[in-house]
Amino acid sequence: MTTQTLDTRNRKTMAQMFALALGMLGLGFAAVPLYDLFCRVTGFGGTTQVASESEARLASMLGLEAGAPEYSIRFDANTARDLPWEFTPVQVTDTVTIGQRDMAFYTARNTSDRPITGTATFNVEPEQAGRYFNKIQCFCFTEQTLQPGEEIRMPVLYFIDPRALEDENMQGVEQITLSYTFHESTTSRNPTDNDS
Amino acid sequence: MATTAEAFEAHHDDHAHSHADHKPGFFARWFMSTNHKDIGTLYLIFAIIAGIIGGAISGFMRWELAEPGLQIMGQLVNAMGGDGSSFDQQGHMWNVLITAHGLIMVFFMVMPAMIGGFGNWFVPLMIGAPDMAFPRMNNISFWLTVAGFISLLFSMFVPGGPGGVLGAGTGWTVYAPLSTSGSEGPAVDFAIFSLHLAGAGSILGATNFITTIFNMRAPGMTLHKMPLFVWSVLVTAFLLLLALPVLAAAITMLLTDRNFGTTFFDPAGGGDPVLYQHLFWFFGHPEVYIMILPGFGMISQIIATFSRKPVFGYLGMAYAMVAIGVVGFIVWAHHMYTVGLSVNVKMYFTAATMVIAVPTGIKIFSWIATMWGGSITFKSPMVWAMGFIFLFTVGGVTGVVLANGGIDDNLHDSYYVVAHFHYVLSMGAVFSIFAGFYYWFPKMSGRWHSEMLSHLHFWVFFIGVNVIFFPMHFLGVQGMARRYPDFNEAFAYWNEIASYGYLIMAASMVIFFVNIGYALVAGRRAEGNYWGEGATTLEWSLSSPPPFHQFETLPVIEDHHDANDHISAKPATA
Repeated sequence: MTTQTLDTRNRKTMAQMFALALGMLGLGFAAVPLYDLFCRVTGFGGTTQVASESEARLASMLGLEAGAPEYSIRFDANTARDLPWEFTPVQVTDTVTIGQRDMAFYTARNTSDRPITGTATFNVEPEQAGRYFNKIQCFCFTEQTLQPGEEIRMPVLYFIDPRALEDENMQGVEQITLSYTFHESTTSRNPTDNDS
Repeated sequence: MATTAEAFEAHHDDHAHSHADHKPGFFARWFMSTNHKDIGTLYLIFAIIAGIIGGAISGFMRWELAEPGLQIMGQLVNAMGGDGSSFDQQGHMWNVLITAHGLIMVFFMVMPAMIGGFGNWFVPLMIGAPDMAFPRMNNISFWLTVAGFISLLFSMFVPGGPGGVLGAGTGWTVYAPLSTSGSEGPAVDFAIFSLHLAGAGSILGATNFITTIFNMRAPGMTLHKMPLFVWSVLVTAFLLLLALPVLAAAITMLLTDRNFGTTFFDPAGGGDPVLYQHLFWFFGHPEVYIMILPGFGMISQIIATFSRKPVFGYLGMAYAMVAIGVVGFIVWAHHMYTVGLSVNVKMYFTAATMVIAVPTGIKIFSWIATMWGGSITFKSPMVWAMGFIFLFTVGGVTGVVLANGGIDDNLHDSYYVVAHFHYVLSMGAVFSIFAGFYYWFPKMSGRWHSEMLSHLHFWVFFIGVNVIFFPMHFLGVQGMARRYPDFNEAFAYWNEIASYGYLIMAASMVIFFVNIGYALVAGRRAEGNYWGEGATTLEWSLSSPPPFHQFETLPVIEDHHDANDHISAKPATA
């Protein structure tokens, strides 16, 4: 027994335990940014990477050294159920040499009679390709606003990182599907719209 | 040991009639209760009521599943004021039933019975404490749990499904996006609020248990001399404290996604529904150990008592529970093998999950080793405990099968999973609750139940639950998916048998209630240590029922030469 009374010790233990519980509550909320960061860094769940011009040049050289194998890329386009857009890839498949940059196009047309701002979510399949699928430019980096009836062509500039050749989980992967889904942007949605 | 216990009891009798048994009036005693034994009783009564409701709901489910096609969902929808001819509303009705059944059984039956009921009753008694550390907080914990239950029941009577039909139909996991954009109306909000309330009650309770166990053990009772039931509640309390806040965070985010336009789990705003699953199962897997660990503790006490031996490998048993608790936090993604995890992630979670079989195996084999060479008497708690060991092992084996990421791709969300978790919960947890109930009922009430009816209850229940759940292994392997009110006619045979099993199980519950009624009305008086020399923990040194206030003079634990479950107490020299 210490010199503290039982009551004091009990209160102290209780405070420690509440602090522990509050800490876990905080970690629960901290999971949101941490999970996002984790996916971006590791390519978890097929999250694609963002690359700079210099990284692209390096990848190009490494790809040529590696004997320039090719991947077949498939393009997929979806829209959220409540988004009145027609969204399609211009090319369904493409063949790209590893490390070399390639440009693909999608078209989107607003079929409604109101201007709509959309954002695209994306990932690749198989998911282990996510960390090697680098985008230099993408329409998904920003929001897109389409006037009623307007149609736009949107580019995506990408390359496959040659380090994929050293990853045993990428052995046997010959085809990668890049998929986009357009959602109506919730941040810029017109408050007068009926969004129920 | 028995002699010291009797000596202590004799000593206590001096006080019993002077001031120890002054009880408050009915309302103050049961509605403003601060006495750990009264709160434990309240928790047990509450768990029994919730169990009747949750069990009745599963009766409707087995009725619906007795044959292919939709039987009773239409009538139920009509009874709830919906359109019984609507296929969507019938499907929603089914979802409401499975949601209510799961949430009630997990949060309002098993947890209140084990932790709130037996934990409150016997943790202070077993460590020689006069009460819990914070008696008023104990009262708040109980009434928060009741409020949570009322909120959940309320959710069944407000709109939550297609066409404004009533009830929350999300499953106990409350996965987004079904629980966010897929469920209009306030029902899901009430269900979430129910989890908040019950979770807050459990966190307060866990804090109370940890404080009590750390600070209020009788002189001489070191952590390594605590009875294993106290160990199990201590580990459970830590699991609650670490897991429930994460659930609170996840369901709070669900609430703001539903009502305040946030997009934590909505891809349209940059969120990810899979994140909800990670958060839920980070809570959910420890939760399944929360539901079984106090059962492990009770089984250890009971096996030792009726083998008249100290439990085999006391320290191994205690630290096996600690290990199960620790490893329980790093295996959560085995519930979500099919969301699209990479091979490496699946390999990790498969291996980590299988590691849990090691401490669990230590416990199973130590129980068997305790019985080995023991002087076994087959009293009712012992047969329930032995039934527990057998059936929990069956559930554990199917758990090892499901732990494999590759096999789970095929069995995920099939009836094999339903069979697995009912073997560990509906049989594991519930058998341990009944074992504990028959072990301690005369201690709590001062009256004997009928041993004959208790054995009959055991055998009928044992047959009933096995007839319900064993065929589900076959159905699952054959490809029957869970969470649907209808099934292919190929599955009709075993589904019909499972539904007959429900009737057998229900009959056994009638025996249980008759037994309680008999004990309360006509049961003979129980003495202090009615199980005899095998029962050595401190609660047996008191009368049955124990005095309203006990251990006003703290018992002193002798420095026993072997650190095991057998603790001898002697009164402090006044």
